[in-house]
Amino acid sequence: MATIYVDDRPYEVDPAKNLLEECLSKGLDLPYFCWHPALGSVGACRQCAVKQYRDENDQRGRIVMACMTPAMDGARISIRDKDAVQFRAGIIELLMSNHPHDCPVCDEGGECHLQDMTVMTGHNYRGYRFGKRTFTNQQLGPFINHEMNRCITCYRCVRYYRDYAGGKDLDAFASHNHVYFGRHEDGALENEFSGNLVEICPTGVFTDKTLKQHYTRKWDLQTAPSVCAHCSLGCNTIAGERYGQLRRILNRYNAQVNGYFLCDRGRFGYGFVNGDRRLRQPRLLQDGESRPVSGAEALKRTALLLGRQSRVIGIGSPRASVEANFALRTLVGSRNFFSGMAPGEEHLVARMLHVLRGAGVRTPSLCEVESADAVLVLGEDVTQTAPLLALAIRQAVKQAPRRQAMQLRIPRWDDAALNEVMQQQKGPLYIATPAGTRLDEAATQCFRGAPDDVARLGFAVARALDATAPPVRGLSREERAAVQAIAGALRKAERPVVVSGSGCGSEAVVDAAAQVARALGGAGTANLCFTAAECNSFGLGLLNAMGTAEAFQRVADGLVDTVVVLENDLYRRVGRASVEAMLASAHVVAIDHSATDTVAGAEVAFPSGTFAETEGTMVNNEGRAQRFYQVFVPQGEVKPAWSWLGELAQAAGRTELTGLRSPDDLLAALGRAVAAFEGLPERVAGASFRVNGEKVPRLSPRASGRTAVSANVNVHEPKPPEDPDSPLAFTMEGYPQQPPSPLITRFWAPGWNSVQSLNKFQAEVGGALAGGDPGMRLIEPVANGAAAYTDEIPPAFRRRAGEFLVVPLHHIFGSDEQSAVAPAVAQRSPGPYAALSPEDAQTLGVQDGEFVEIELDGGMFQLPALLMSSMTVGVLGVPVGIGSLRGVDLPARSRCRRV
Amino acid sequence: MLSMLRTIWTVLLHLFRRPITVQYPEEKPYLPPRYRGRIILSRDPDGDERCVGCYLCSAACPVDCIALQAGERPDGRRYPEFFRINFSRCIFCGLCEEACPTYAIQLTPDFELCDYNRQNLVYEKEDLLINGPGKYPGYNFYRVAGLAVSGKEKGASENEDKPVDVKSLLP
Ligand code: SF4
Ligand code: SF4
Ligand code: SF4
Ligand code: SF4
Ligand code: FES
Repeated sequence: MATIYVDDRPYEVDPAKNLLEECLSKGLDLPYFCWHPALGSVGACRQCAVKQYRDENDQRGRIVMACMTPAMDGARISIRDKDAVQFRAGIIELLMSNHPHDCPVCDEGGECHLQDMTVMTGHNYRGYRFGKRTFTNQQLGPFINHEMNRCITCYRCVRYYRDYAGGKDLDAFASHNHVYFGRHEDGALENEFSGNLVEICPTGVFTDKTLKQHYTRKWDLQTAPSVCAHCSLGCNTIAGERYGQLRRILNRYNAQVNGYFLCDRGRFGYGFVNGDRRLRQPRLLQDGESRPVSGAEALKRTALLLGRQSRVIGIGSPRASVEANFALRTLVGSRNFFSGMAPGEEHLVARMLHVLRGAGVRTPSLCEVESADAVLVLGEDVTQTAPLLALAIRQAVKQAPRRQAMQLRIPRWDDAALNEVMQQQKGPLYIATPAGTRLDEAATQCFRGAPDDVARLGFAVARALDATAPPVRGLSREERAAVQAIAGALRKAERPVVVSGSGCGSEAVVDAAAQVARALGGAGTANLCFTAAECNSFGLGLLNAMGTAEAFQRVADGLVDTVVVLENDLYRRVGRASVEAMLASAHVVAIDHSATDTVAGAEVAFPSGTFAETEGTMVNNEGRAQRFYQVFVPQGEVKPAWSWLGELAQAAGRTELTGLRSPDDLLAALGRAVAAFEGLPERVAGASFRVNGEKVPRLSPRASGRTAVSANVNVHEPKPPEDPDSPLAFTMEGYPQQPPSPLITRFWAPGWNSVQSLNKFQAEVGGALAGGDPGMRLIEPVANGAAAYTDEIPPAFRRRAGEFLVVPLHHIFGSDEQSAVAPAVAQRSPGPYAALSPEDAQTLGVQDGEFVEIELDGGMFQLPALLMSSMTVGVLGVPVGIGSLRGVDLPARSRCRRV
Repeated sequence: MLSMLRTIWTVLLHLFRRPITVQYPEEKPYLPPRYRGRIILSRDPDGDERCVGCYLCSAACPVDCIALQAGERPDGRRYPEFFRINFSRCIFCGLCEEACPTYAIQLTPDFELCDYNRQNLVYEKEDLLINGPGKYPGYNFYRVAGLAVSGKEKGASENEDKPVDVKSLLP
């Protein structure tokens, strides 16, 4: 700790930080542009000028950039000094000399850091009378809008895009006051994290193009804390609504999870909430025709199907909240509750949970992955299956070189100096997957092989780390060399992390990753990171559901009268024939937010709410239970799934769900029923929670149009909807100040309208939110058990003539069921294909784009061949969730021929 | 006693004053152009809608009686897809006009907004939009703004230089 004096007041600060960070941490307002807590300082904008004095007798002082000056003990600075104030006003005036007269038509307006800083420095009138510099804009794809005239040349965008996110196709062009930030030519930004430019750019150069389709100012959006529903990482988001439509997703900072960033799937995948595939009315299937009916009629019909004497089973869903799944489980009984995950995935999730709750391993948060100094990725294409984990790994590879550079006594925040020393050096990152991944470019070494070979590599690394682990026989020379290199790097590292998951569908790979983590030892260090397929896969896994395949078996055996399917498109889980058999031989009641094929075939369908229209808890890959809150009241007869289940039970005269009338009730019951969830209900801010006796408003005090929005329908405005289920209110009334961290509905502070106001919500800039980051870890390893090695090591993959091992290939845009239908994401999604190595293509005699036929699960699929030079020979990759190939458990062997 | 006499005297004097009562509605009072009555949306000198859907008027409105939705035309111009004022709530404070950066929304001297049915006081864009520039004849926002719209490319606004050639390093 050190003491600095700001305008003669002493402050206790951390000498490893710079003056700007510390001033902001202490709540002082100091304008800045180019510094960002995640990017560090470069001193490019000159906006954060303060006066520094040598000692208390120094009257003259000198102007320094706060972001480039360490917060050294005894430092004396002045923010209010006349010269400093004038200097900062001058800088803003310069920055504004070319700025267009755009605020009214600028999507950044009202949440613009440049506006805030201009007001803060007091620059009001334009003195510059000459021509303004202008630029032409570029088309940057469906996500990002470009309006280059508004640039103030702070360089944040390229520093983020290139240095932080590893993007290649955005750069600074030209020179002097002509510097241009864009691509070398028009085209979609390739990086998977391009959406963060919206929040990184302090001006309106890069704005959210999906928001533009239904533009709303920040102050008019009704917002609530939410959790991303598009992969297993559970990034925290703020979802905003206006006029009954979900209009944008913004990052919600959580130091332990997503920090400042989201991936493009999470940010732009919300379109499904407003889509025309939404189910808004219950439907009944009669004489092969589905027709909309009232809720009462649908309930009456269902009452017959769910009656006491009826044998009912329930199929849950990894994309439904734990509350909804638990409500179904309670209704049908735990012996009749099936997970609804694809059988392979379900098996892997159970396996991963088993490993993570055993001894010798611990799952890290994303933040901990970021600080790892050696990473081994086994079998997982993380950029596609758990995007933000890839971003974290890209930071992890900088740890080792940065640590070296910092030995030159360069502070952690001095980004330009560190980069100069580090150059392009990368710390150890080893990737072993069946096909090339986007992270390969950051890797020390990549290894290609079939899943079994990937697993063998892992097992061999474990053996090299610990001689008591079982050996792997028959490795090639190169493999042995790779194993030695990997083991050496992991052993040398202080915080090594192994990353794996269900992505390539192989249990051996999961086991191998666990084996490496155990061999690394060091109990208590976070060293094993798993990912699963969906947002609540782990939450569902913790509910100990029965296997999905068994549900189909029971129906086939004629032991079931009625199946209740919760938010699940079964066609994505098992083969078409199985689902059709189930639809034909049992009464199927589906509850879902969109009209999936399962809903179309169900006898009765009820419309449930999406993540934005309900409230619930999801458990992410770290085992972190996180609550998401309802953002708005949906149109039509849409209700939360748990609410429909309660009504179903009541209509059928069943008592299982009596007394469980809210998510709070369900969570409390869950905490009692399932040991893994013990303690969680007490930690969640439930419906009765109040801050100073008040609810937390979802609307900002500036929200407009209250007396006109519905005046065209009826001039007497309706009472605002009430929210009995959460501590948030659907109005602008309520606790006016900062709520506790899990209930942050928006980042805003007086004078700070942009996302930069986040500084005011953190205990210390760049650190945890004041009051702690939200979420509670449910998965912890047993404290002192012996870690046992498995010796089930698969034999090496052997090709068979004319036959391929078909493996799943994931896509950030297209593989996730919900985001895939969002218009912006759909534009970026690839079409169906069969990826082959060039050697195999030659053997088969196919060219790129020609069709091949594969046989899987009894079905024939014709797919255009895609030649992929990084594909393992003998392995064929098909995209997950894209095209007609659904419900097939992969990897699987298949014959393949040219058509 | 004295004050009573004075009051009677004053009243007496008023008998000889010119009456100021106006025979409204037969006789219309004079209202200055800046009187704050019924609100209109104006057009720019080229005849296009002025409103760019910036939401500033609705934010400024203390009774929240303005609601709109911003949209973008294929030619790049922003406009309100709908624009609604609930005059049964409006207090004619003029804050919307003050907030408007394009001079689109203006209050007029027409104060005769009476109806038996409140619903009739809800005005949509069709009811608000007039065929002229109102009080500010010359102003055209798109001639000043940096946004390119059809008929005005980048660099063609007032006080703007031609777009930079990013491939050139010349000063
Ligand atoms: S970037 Fe900010 S200051 Fe510039 S036009 Fe947009 S809102 Fe206005
Ligand atoms: S585009 Fe935005 S982030 Fe990039 S330099 Fe310009 S103002 Fe800064
Ligand atoms: S899809 Fe995954 S990585 Fe992307 S924002 Fe959502 S939770 Fe985060
Ligand atoms: S302030 Fe003016 S330009 Fe903006 S929405 Fe209102 S009328 Fe339109
Ligand atoms: S923030 Fe310090 S110079 Fe830009």
